[in-house]
Amino acid sequence: MPVIEVEDLRRTYAARTGLRRTAKKDVEAVRGISFEVERGELFGLLGPNGAGKTTTIKMLITLLLPTSGSARVLGHDVVADAREVRQRIGYVFGGDKGLYERLSGLDNLRYFCELYGVPPKEQGPRIGELLELVGLAGRERERVEGYSRGMRQRLHIARGLLHRPDVLFLDEPSIGIDPVGARELRETVAALVSTGTTVLLTTHYMFEADELCDRIAVIAGGAIVAEGTPAQLKERVSDGHVVEIEVFGDAGARVDSVRAIDGVTGVAVEEGATSQLLVVRTGAAAQVTPAVLATLDGVRLGRVATREPTLEDAYVELVREA
Amino acid sequence: MTVLRLIGVTWWLQLKMRSRSSFDGILSIVYPLFFATMVFFMYGQNGSQEALVAAAVGAACMGVWSAVSTTASTTLQGERRQGTLELLVASPTSFPLTIVPATISMGTIGLWSLVVTLLWGRLAFGIPISFAQPFVFVVAAVVLAFSLGLVGFLEAVMSVRYRGAWAIGSLLEFPVWLICGFLVPLSLLPDWVRPIAYLLPPTWGVAAVRDAALGGNAWPDIALCLLSALAYAGIGWLLARRLVDSARMRATLALT
Repeated sequence: MPVIEVEDLRRTYAARTGLRRTAKKDVEAVRGISFEVERGELFGLLGPNGAGKTTTIKMLITLLLPTSGSARVLGHDVVADAREVRQRIGYVFGGDKGLYERLSGLDNLRYFCELYGVPPKEQGPRIGELLELVGLAGRERERVEGYSRGMRQRLHIARGLLHRPDVLFLDEPSIGIDPVGARELRETVAALVSTGTTVLLTTHYMFEADELCDRIAVIAGGAIVAEGTPAQLKERVSDGHVVEIEVFGDAGARVDSVRAIDGVTGVAVEEGATSQLLVVRTGAAAQVTPAVLATLDGVRLGRVATREPTLEDAYVELVREA
Repeated sequence: MTVLRLIGVTWWLQLKMRSRSSFDGILSIVYPLFFATMVFFMYGQNGSQEALVAAAVGAACMGVWSAVSTTASTTLQGERRQGTLELLVASPTSFPLTIVPATISMGTIGLWSLVVTLLWGRLAFGIPISFAQPFVFVVAAVVLAFSLGLVGFLEAVMSVRYRGAWAIGSLLEFPVWLICGFLVPLSLLPDWVRPIAYLLPPTWGVAAVRDAALGGNAWPDIALCLLSALAYAGIGWLLARRLVDSARMRATLALT
């Protein structure tokens, strides 16, 4: 039986406009999404800002009521059996918030032990074990207000695991933390999954999703536009290759011309500090590099490279199509 | 047992949190002292020692109410700002159980203000701190702080759904001082005010503390204070569940 079952889930927000004559407008944040996550799986929800990832997670962890559709976690309905769901899940989000700044890390963990009904005798050993796991042992008596962002994030992870949840929801957990901290976080998440914890992860970082996720759903505009393993998603664009050209000048003006070249399936421009990167996706067996370079005649070029498509290429294409 | 432990631990951690800002601590003592000083000057003109003790007790109780009324209504807004409100709602513990200890901790801080106000009266104005029934006085003061904490809980839950409800605390602070007989005996207030006063736990709490100080029978007032506060807590409990569901429906939990 799947651990998470989502069926035609929808969520509409009422947005208000105007000061005196207020008007109400319904905004559909999630538009009838369906997916399932199996036990011990690490499932990723990828999507741009405002795609509906956090809204989906908040419905699954019972913080938001769905407008329609249904969702079950470990067989419990997220609306009718909210308490049962809450007892069995953990929720960790990224950023600085979500901790009591004036309390020590230890007191924060003690408090959440109480809220999650961890038996008093188990609290001490469990907190010690988690402090070791997240690398905060020895710093737990310091007030959280003095913690770095990375330390806060690690404390968040410890908090989310206090009651040994069967399912862990991670909403952009690595946002704003340094590369070393992010790598440690990925190792921690991978270790959890290896012990049987089911994880639903949202992230903006493609390499993170590629490295960790067993399956991924790409969500855009409130709807799931693709679902599969990272390899399956990459296959959607891997019948060709990607040409990257460093451009010193206005590459944007040439995009339409490049797109018109036979064999080109997609073009994107990434802005850099001193240059732009023209990313050209091509179809199978298409040799477009000479034609692209001819189109850019008169523009100062830097590095030109050809590579295999990545998950990010697949993601960009899927989101653009949506 | 688990519930009592949860309340105890949460109360202690909330108290710890609220006691850690020396600025807030000083403010919660100095602010009521200004009002107490005015009261001591006014009642000092009367020349009656009993009136002065009654005023000192009333002024001390004002500090307890101030400590609860303004902070209770802003407490959930604070939880919102630091991103912990969603975590409280998302935990399996009944939401009201997470808020009640927080507002009781505010009443506990109010007790500190009560002690300081009485000491101020003694040191600066020579008002004696010799109460007729010291034990009953302590019981009455503790019940008052606990009961006002429960009233604060009702205030606090309003802001789960309505973000602007924090203003209720400021709105109620002074009228309750007046209506509930903190400084002016109820018998001097207009007839139509009295039924309102009888519905408010602070009325009974202040009467109990005053009776204990001056030698009256404080126990009926202590009981009425506790019972009426429990009724407020019951209303707050029912309201909290509805307001949390409404906030989950309208997606206002994360909004600041």
